[in-house]
Amino acid sequence: MTTTNKRLLCLNRHAPHGTIHGQESLDLVLIASAFNQEISLAFMDDGVFQLVKDWQTEIAGLKNYSKTFRALEMHDVEKIYVHQPSLQARGLSCDDLLIEVELLNDDELSQLIEQQDQVFPF
Amino acid sequence: MKFAILINSAPYTCQSAETAYHFVLAALNKGHQVPRIFFYMDGVHNGSAFITAPQDETQMVERWSSLAAKYDIDLVLCIAAAQRRGLVDAGEAARHSKSGSNLAAGFRLSGLGQLMEMSIESDRLMVFGESP
Repeated sequence: MTTTNKRLLCLNRHAPHGTIHGQESLDLVLIASAFNQEISLAFMDDGVFQLVKDWQTEIAGLKNYSKTFRALEMHDVEKIYVHQPSLQARGLSCDDLLIEVELLNDDELSQLIEQQDQVFPF
Repeated sequence: MKFAILINSAPYTCQSAETAYHFVLAALNKGHQVPRIFFYMDGVHNGSAFITAPQDETQMVERWSSLAAKYDIDLVLCIAAAQRRGLVDAGEAARHSKSGSNLAAGFRLSGLGQLMEMSIESDRLMVFGESP
């Protein structure tokens, strides 16, 4: 297996349902962790909805993949960031989220992106 | 420079795959390397041999196959994304008892590990088609 380390960021901007973006982003995150890459996740715009607690996906006939977010820590994926202005604009706070995250303002998110070798937009 | 190319959008419905093709061609013509193109999300449709576009439109699938053959590019579809969207090779068709297979020439199915490997070994990652 390749040992080179890259700083990778999955940038999530879509709501959890309605498109498959969130689910296929998570699949990539898990593989990146299996390859021992420095993987970070960031959520902005409607992407912040992916982390909201108490999904009731059975009503819509969708897979509830929110459990994977809770399992990220076991996969050594610990760098999880949320764009605070996006959260606030949707009337949400950290109390509404299913995992612990680090909040970033515009400048901090911009710096995070700047620090990466590669960014995967979802 | 060694480029990793990731395509996330289907041909015809979105400009991204078309743009990606021209980017790859331009990079190769400038002497850069594109050892692999990885197709994820709706991008897997680029590998469908069943796509039958009108004759007066660009034959995008055949064009990928020709490009891959000419420049020895590894065209890889994410197998999980492909299965969700009905893209199967002969082996998968037999394994899942499907009535036919539709993987175009030069494409193969594999895991996301191939995307990671391509990404790690590249100097730059170019992503085409993050759909809005």
